[in-house]
Amino acid sequence: MSALSASRRILSAYVILYVAILYFPVLLLPVFSFNDSATPKLPLAGFTFKWYESLAGNAAMQGAAWNSLVVGVSAAVLSTVLGICAARAITRHRFRGLGAASSLIMAPLILPEIIIAISLLVVMLGLGLQLSLVTVILGHLLICVPYSVTVLVSGFEGFDPSMEEASRDLGETSFGTLRRVTLPMLAPSIVSSLLVTFTISLDEFILAFFLSGTEPTLPVYIWGQLRFAAKLPNVLALGSILIAASLILLTAAELFRRRAERKMELRP
Amino acid sequence: METSAPTMPAERAAGLAPVTRFLRTETGKGWLTISPPLIYAMLLLIGPIIVIVANSFWSQDYLTIDRTFTLENYRAALTEPIYRDLLMRSLFVSVTVAFVTVILAYPVAWFVSFHGGRYKGLWLFIITVPFWSGYLLRILSWKVILGYKGVLNETLLYLGVIAEPLSSLIYNVNAVVITLAHSWAAFAILPLFVSLEKLDRSLLEAAADLGDGPVRRFLRITLPLTMPGIIAALMIVMIPTVGDYVTPKLVGGKDGVMIANAIQVQFGKASNWPLGAALAVSTMVIVSMVAGAIVLLLAGLKRLLK
Repeated sequence: MSALSASRRILSAYVILYVAILYFPVLLLPVFSFNDSATPKLPLAGFTFKWYESLAGNAAMQGAAWNSLVVGVSAAVLSTVLGICAARAITRHRFRGLGAASSLIMAPLILPEIIIAISLLVVMLGLGLQLSLVTVILGHLLICVPYSVTVLVSGFEGFDPSMEEASRDLGETSFGTLRRVTLPMLAPSIVSSLLVTFTISLDEFILAFFLSGTEPTLPVYIWGQLRFAAKLPNVLALGSILIAASLILLTAAELFRRRAERKMELRP
Repeated sequence: METSAPTMPAERAAGLAPVTRFLRTETGKGWLTISPPLIYAMLLLIGPIIVIVANSFWSQDYLTIDRTFTLENYRAALTEPIYRDLLMRSLFVSVTVAFVTVILAYPVAWFVSFHGGRYKGLWLFIITVPFWSGYLLRILSWKVILGYKGVLNETLLYLGVIAEPLSSLIYNVNAVVITLAHSWAAFAILPLFVSLEKLDRSLLEAAADLGDGPVRRFLRITLPLTMPGIIAALMIVMIPTVGDYVTPKLVGGKDGVMIANAIQVQFGKASNWPLGAALAVSTMVIVSMVAGAIVLLLAGLKRLLK
């Protein structure tokens, strides 16, 4: 018995160490972003807000932030719409070819991003398209859809298809059923999908790097600033804001996902 | 074309067009529902990949592309020492990262599955969150940690473990492996956790009742039965990491350059799309072959253990 609890204690200690190492680099940068020193080094020199204050008057950074917002919102909305189609087909229809079709839709999850990036680049330039935020959105859509599908499949699995049948039997049109039964039931999963895909788009670098042309998103802007050692503290401040935003968005997404799960449990 | 579901006699009498009739079958409805994301993936994933494969058989003629078929790009990609070395290094890095990640993540997935209780969801959330935030920043952070005047060196100096900063921490393959393994750690947990959740606990109890010790139970029951999760975890780490661009660029230095950096150069400064395309296609084909070999090897190991 004591041998058992000893191994259990070792396992718990390992897990705590693992999680600590997982978070250490993520939390280290915000610490340095408040440090009153031009280079990130120990020991800490003193507390300052000046790196954050200098971001406020930075027009290039604000332009990049606006670009990221446009790309993120577009990618989130469009990928959630496509995700609803895929998730509905996966959970409500059984047909030959479904497996192949859904693996193709999920494939960007596992492909190296550089492969997706260069093939899109060649096609866009080949078609004579100017690189712009639109090309970034098209690329982000590809990698956001699989996450949307994952979130929404569990949303669809969470409610009984007989509710939709009942609605139709009671004389509601297909569109009415969609608007008054399906979408309200799916709402928490839809919100969760929007938040997750927005965060993924906000954080994505490789596709944006290849496809953004002259309009950088925030990660591309940060990449450009890394060339200048003197800008590092500002980059750390901006990066800390981005990480904080991602954490808040993902926590909100998780709370909505939980809510969708609870809704499912309440079902009679 | 498959029209398995019976159509209504009335519809047949009405003489509906075959397409309309197909769309009313279960198969037709399914295809119609999945078509928007499917067509999108066809147009923006399959289409462009076909274009890249085609490009890899063409050649760059100054500013234009010469579309006569040639294998010259593949000869360069597979035999020129610089590309061969980069490919081998990328493969080595991605396979090492995949195994390190899975071995380190397995006990954590085990802990969450067996001892997570009602907090399993919360545990998974806590572990996977760093994966979704600050891709660039996390790599930058490792640069700050491993650098010559970095956090690790400063700490070791302060503790008196070393007399002068170590220059071997950063700008080499090890730094790339450490950074990538940290980046992908969370992602590997998910398939491992799912396969551990599916494991029938009564099998472990039965084995314990029959006198098997913990090591034997693990080797003969848990390991073979969670092999699908292990294989999935290895693949979802190995395949994307082979093409990582940022990590080698920030912490790899000149000894840690990987194939993605060479591909980027061909699409950027060097402006030789066909060669870049051939490098990309070669990487994908070779990593798929290595992935296939690992799957076969582990499947064989599973049979051996049972």
